[in-house]
Amino acid sequence: MSDFLNPQFWYSVIRVSTPLFFGVIAALLSSITGTINIGIEGMMLMSAFWGTIVGSLAQNPWVGLLAGIVSSTIMAVILAYFHLKLKTDLVIGGVALNLLSSGLTVFMLYAITGDKGSSASLKSFIIPRVDLPLLKDIPFIGKVLSGHNALTYIAIVSVFLINYLVKKTPLGIRMRSVGQNPDAAVSVGISVTKMKFLSLILSGIFAGFGGAFLSMGYVSWFARDMTSGRGFISIAAQALGGSSALFGAFGALLFGIAEATGITLQSLRIPSEITNMLPFILTIVVLIIYARSRIRSHSRIQEQ
Amino acid sequence: MKRTLLLLEFTRFVITVGIALLIGYIFLLFIADEPTEAFKLFLTGPMTTQRRFFEFLNNAVPLMMTGLALSIVFQSKVFNIGAEGQLFFGAFGAMIFALKAPQIPWLHLVITLVGAALFGSLWAFVPAILKAKWKASELVSSLMMNYISYFLVLFLVNNYFRDKTAGALVSYRFPQSAWLSTLSRYRLNSGLFVAVALSVLVGWLLYRTKWGYQIRVVGANKKFGYYSGIKTINVIFWVQILSGAIAGLAGGIELTAMYRRFVWQSLPGYGFDGIIVAILARNNPFLVIPSALFIAYLRIGANIMGRTTGIAPEIVVVLQSIMILLITAEALLGRFKQKAVAKEAMKSE
Repeated sequence: MSDFLNPQFWYSVIRVSTPLFFGVIAALLSSITGTINIGIEGMMLMSAFWGTIVGSLAQNPWVGLLAGIVSSTIMAVILAYFHLKLKTDLVIGGVALNLLSSGLTVFMLYAITGDKGSSASLKSFIIPRVDLPLLKDIPFIGKVLSGHNALTYIAIVSVFLINYLVKKTPLGIRMRSVGQNPDAAVSVGISVTKMKFLSLILSGIFAGFGGAFLSMGYVSWFARDMTSGRGFISIAAQALGGSSALFGAFGALLFGIAEATGITLQSLRIPSEITNMLPFILTIVVLIIYARSRIRSHSRIQEQ
Repeated sequence: MKRTLLLLEFTRFVITVGIALLIGYIFLLFIADEPTEAFKLFLTGPMTTQRRFFEFLNNAVPLMMTGLALSIVFQSKVFNIGAEGQLFFGAFGAMIFALKAPQIPWLHLVITLVGAALFGSLWAFVPAILKAKWKASELVSSLMMNYISYFLVLFLVNNYFRDKTAGALVSYRFPQSAWLSTLSRYRLNSGLFVAVALSVLVGWLLYRTKWGYQIRVVGANKKFGYYSGIKTINVIFWVQILSGAIAGLAGGIELTAMYRRFVWQSLPGYGFDGIIVAILARNNPFLVIPSALFIAYLRIGANIMGRTTGIAPEIVVVLQSIMILLITAEALLGRFKQKAVAKEAMKSE
């Protein structure tokens, strides 16, 4: 129990929640136009891979970050093109992209490093940590909030920015109107296809940030299938938050707490297989709670 | 009319495979020292020796069964892609029954395989009941169940069933009465016959029985099905349970025929490959047979290429996903399809 009062624990909660913050934003931006991006997982993985590889070739983590984001955005463009132009089913397209990145990253990893498991043989570059002035001197809070990876702060700022974008700006309102009632949106001159295209691409960009954090901040290498479900967990967390990025971020924190608890429990000799299950079990529980609340609010017009 | 549409479907298949192979070749151009040699090995590898040919047939067995499992849920427009976890849990179930059930010849094997199917459907039960009760997204829940299956089974096998005398992390060896036989010197998995028979049986179920009709109606138009008196919730629930049983059985057959103990320390991936098998077959159980053979051929071809040239066989996963995207692209060749339909409509007027 004392672990929960330890600033170290809360520091690691924020650390493990960072990729989920980005994931939640990616899920939110795609789902508000009604085109839920199942490929977030694969986009993250792609970005994690190209981030490390290009980062170490260019000897600069920021170049790596950019490459990672470009790669995940390309994936998003592919998904958007196939779904919106060629009418591929959105879910199947997303699943295909996840498979694609899982295969392509291992294939390229082996071609580049001669190793199929991880990129540990490459000297990789990490996005630097940042100490927040003033804040870092406050006793408990300083230890929790200061000294994080720069991407963590970008994530937290993005949550607020995207929340504002979605709720208050004309663009956000247009995007939401496409999701809620495409016919009404068309009637006031909004291009549904354009808005959906934009929302998938924005989703890809933020998934890219999340993936890059995994391989250039969370750890300093790429490992095969290292996203291990974080893209899907993000989708579940976003479902909790509805159309609010802030609530979605709280959902992400919940998963972060589960993951950090798992790491803490491992030090108590509880087998890692058991603790590794925690976030996935929590996702299912969250899914049930979300689905139940939704059913209750729709019970009057329940069909089938 | 029907012939024109069939021809279009076939053209789509040829174009898709052509584009995917072309992309594969381009990758090899950049990676391989002798791309043409490597590509040739990839395309003809499984045919070169009898051993490799049987290896290819054996690989088709689990793919056929997971493809079958997924094709029936996809038919009802349910995206339960938990076949991977169901197969893993089914294999675990097979191990329990193989090690613990009484060793009566024949009966023991039957109990083991039924146990595998039971455990597979048990794993499918969770997303199925969540979907039926609260309409929770079966896509997310089934994926989460994959991860849970993986960690839970590893924990149980490594802690309670581990054969400490074996060099690797594996379970105790199954007694002989729980072995599914293999044929000839190169060990052809006799589960192949089970898989083919099951595909035909499920195809019959889907296209020739009332329940199969209900599944297809629910997939084509759920509301229509509901208002015409089909208990859509029940159909969606039971189709997932059946799918889980088939996926679980796939795991059981793989262990009892090929390994005869629990050997996996990572997810074997058959459940995910089943997605492309089902999609290539257009969710038709009869077509699952050639579709699984095709994917197994590519897989083994890539493995053989990998063994001889040092190119990672994972390239085939990339080709598979490109094929999924192209095959499901409704608008591709859509104009031709519409023309054919319009022409036919004019004729009948």
